[in-house]
Amino acid sequence: MPAKVITLTIDGRDVSAREDYTILDAAKEANVKIPTLCHLEGLCDVGACRLCMVEVKGIPKLLPACVTKVSEGMSVTTDSERLLHYRMTIVELMFSERNHICSVCVSNGHCELQAMAMRLGVDHMRVPYRYPTLPVDASHERFVLDHNRCILCTRCVRACDEIEGAHTWDVMGRGIDAKVITDMNEPWGKSESCTSCGKCVNVCPTGALFEKGRSVGEMVKRKAFLPYLTQMREGKK
Amino acid sequence: MPEETTNGTQAQTTLDICVAAGCLSCQGDLVKEALEKEIDARGLAERVAVRGVGCLGLCMAGPLLRVSPDGILYQAMVPEDAGEIVESIGKKPVKRLECDAEQSFFTRQVKIVLENSGEVDPDKLDDYTAVGGYDALAKAVGEMEPSEVISEMVTSGLRGRGGGGYPSGLKWGTVAKADGARKYVICNADEGDPGAFMDRSVLESDPFRVLEGMAIAGYAVGADSGYVYCRAEYPLAVKRLKNAIRQAERAGFLGSNICGSSFRFTVDIRLGAGAFVCGEETALISSIEGNRGSPRPRPPFPAASGLWDCPTLINNVETFANVAPIIRNGGEWFSGIGTEKSKGTKVFALAGRVQNTGLIEVPMGTVLRDIIFDIGGGIPDGRKFKAVQTGGPSGGCIPEQFLDMAVTYESLAQAGSIMGSGGMIVMDETSCMVDVARYFMEFCMTESCGKCVPCRVGTMQMHELLEKITQGRASMKDLDLLEELCEVVRFSSLCGLGQTSPNPVLSTLRYFRDEYLAHIRDHVCPAGVCKMKSPSKIHAEVA
Amino acid sequence: MSKTRVATVWLDGCSGCHMSFLDLDERLLDIAPLIQLVHSPIADVKEFPENVDVALVEGAVSSDEDEEKILKIRERSKILVALGDCSVTSNVPSMRNQFEPNRMLHAIYGDGVIPLGGGPVPTLLRKSRPIHEFVNVDVYVPGCPPPADLIFDTISNLLAGQKREDAPAPKFG
Repeated sequence: MPAKVITLTIDGRDVSAREDYTILDAAKEANVKIPTLCHLEGLCDVGACRLCMVEVKGIPKLLPACVTKVSEGMSVTTDSERLLHYRMTIVELMFSERNHICSVCVSNGHCELQAMAMRLGVDHMRVPYRYPTLPVDASHERFVLDHNRCILCTRCVRACDEIEGAHTWDVMGRGIDAKVITDMNEPWGKSESCTSCGKCVNVCPTGALFEKGRSVGEMVKRKAFLPYLTQMREGKK
Repeated sequence: MPEETTNGTQAQTTLDICVAAGCLSCQGDLVKEALEKEIDARGLAERVAVRGVGCLGLCMAGPLLRVSPDGILYQAMVPEDAGEIVESIGKKPVKRLECDAEQSFFTRQVKIVLENSGEVDPDKLDDYTAVGGYDALAKAVGEMEPSEVISEMVTSGLRGRGGGGYPSGLKWGTVAKADGARKYVICNADEGDPGAFMDRSVLESDPFRVLEGMAIAGYAVGADSGYVYCRAEYPLAVKRLKNAIRQAERAGFLGSNICGSSFRFTVDIRLGAGAFVCGEETALISSIEGNRGSPRPRPPFPAASGLWDCPTLINNVETFANVAPIIRNGGEWFSGIGTEKSKGTKVFALAGRVQNTGLIEVPMGTVLRDIIFDIGGGIPDGRKFKAVQTGGPSGGCIPEQFLDMAVTYESLAQAGSIMGSGGMIVMDETSCMVDVARYFMEFCMTESCGKCVPCRVGTMQMHELLEKITQGRASMKDLDLLEELCEVVRFSSLCGLGQTSPNPVLSTLRYFRDEYLAHIRDHVCPAGVCKMKSPSKIHAEVA
Repeated sequence: MSKTRVATVWLDGCSGCHMSFLDLDERLLDIAPLIQLVHSPIADVKEFPENVDVALVEGAVSSDEDEEKILKIRERSKILVALGDCSVTSNVPSMRNQFEPNRMLHAIYGDGVIPLGGGPVPTLLRKSRPIHEFVNVDVYVPGCPPPADLIFDTISNLLAGQKREDAPAPKFG
């Protein structure tokens, strides 16, 4: 049965969308760019980074566009002074959390966090840096995990689970101590479930996961496989 | 009710001793043993019986003992007092141990949820049925259609007692209407607010009541299995629940053909592993499913898609404990208690700087002053009342000017706090409000699941700023930043934990801003709680 | 018209931002008539002067000497510009923040006496931090280093209140 088409307003413009679309889907089709970090086409959405929060008329709360379904007559604002302020603060919180030193990062110039800061106009962090002491796991033959640059978007966890089907990655610990782990918190190189497919590395938005032996200039993440594999898996959209 | 003695005859006197966690922690079990020994030694076993009962409420005076039918109440006993107590049976009471049963603490309460607490032995189904237990379940499955049960719940006006205050009848109706081959009922017993012990006490004192409520709910919404998600830190509650489930199954109040009908309902227990966030319903569901206990965005709400993607009714312990009396006495009866929008009674855990710490139940709309000064007995040591913290880490501090406020969901929200699950921490002039805010923020920071950025990093940064203020190292710029972060975290966090984590800061800033300013501008803690660092050390973090 | 009194300062950084400043090349000649360079590592002035209009500060605050300097700079300047990632984010200098300074110094220099504190070498702060954690900053120019075009844009904006259309967007790293 074909999905019903509904009409809504995004930033004052009338837009039509399939009723099973999220606000983010609808916005994308209408060429409205809502900032996202944990979202990635082809993976399940978790609503964790909170950058895609939008205002919906009549609802006092802000709603994450990546998981909120559209509805008939909905009036969405994707950009306002308030939203920009929240988004900037969230990016500042991300930078302050770990040791993101762009100038010496393998992903300098290819980093989605760095690009997001530029896009939103974040030019300094009003919150103090934490400077935590975090390890680097270089035990894998081909890849490296640097916790200093991880923003816990869990794209690696989802790509590994949903697409590769290995579920090597997961999250352990609570709150500020949460971190991604391989298997039961063993060194990546010792992981028995890891297939070394490299999908986690390619979906990582920052330099937290990278390939050994590649220069900064070469550190471009390739995500083209995602929609293709998702289609094979779900046969939809 | 006369208790059977060990040899089967009816005892003339019963010694009801509290066996809930509060009294057990002050050697209630040893007192019970000593009493039993003493009775045996005196050959009184035929006339006097000792019985463990649920919470009698006045936890600060434990262990508590009530002599029936004389109605004498004893407090703060030690095992050595057993001889004197047994000796006095039928004679003059032991004056020095007597607890005034006529004081406001007892007389001003209205008990619905706790009506069996202290009256029945929580380990005995017979005790429960003897006071009308399971009549409501029998009535529901025997005489009522599921829709009638739900409409009775709607009429009652009961609202969720876990904190949200969502109308229970409405929630039940949504689950009942939801499409799904299977449906589930979950009882949220993951009570984790500091200073709160309402659900714990209900489970320890009257576990059958909660199971009965769940079974009625299962019948009403069309679910055949339920889970009690209880925190592992409540071993006694878990033990009593397990026992209650077993006994109820044997007696046909759980399992197949409940009360002789075709209705089937089973209950299982799932233990929480100590994560506060698992009290959030979506995290709780994730935890029951065997996954990491972190919340997911709503909608879809559990009522539409919950446990294993099935429609799920999730209510808290106290909510379920209200169900049986509502079905037994009718929704009209329940809605006659309380105020227009907040019906029934509410159990509060009185803690902090108040004379009578313990568990109380009062009608909604009871004035705060009556709760704290009449029932609670006021502030000890002649000190001055400063504020009362309600709703735990998601709540706020209510200052003196609101003491004459009637306690309802709305009035508490208006005063910048919430009803929450019922924790009430009373504070006097020796409490520093900035330090209180810092404490609750620390709680939220360590209990954040770490999934969304504002809560994970925001609570940490807010805690850091509060720490700075309490150490006298902060500037006015820091205070501005704190207020800003409060707003961002409140509006952008994923779940209730993050969204409400700024509440203690916001409410203390609203009513006690001068204390913040004193810390920042004058480097002084007015309550004398915070240790100020000398100004010379403010910047010189030198190696 | 009196010239704008401009100072440039080099705290804990690599001087790369100053190099980038010099990369203005012939545009330096356009600016020269408008400004008076009253203090800079490339001019021999020992004491930071009074009444500075614009101070461009490169580098993080890493020692007690840096801290003293930045407080003085703030006091004596109308507009304070944080130039480059080290002053904006603490950047590379902050990579030592995970280590206790004394242990780090001994790991590097061995067991001998390290003449810190009171001697000619300033004492390290426990952590190297961006300058806005010590003083108010008016303009942030991130980048490692900020490109010359961005520096030129910032300066022309401060001198003439003109934003340049073709200026690159500020970017960390």
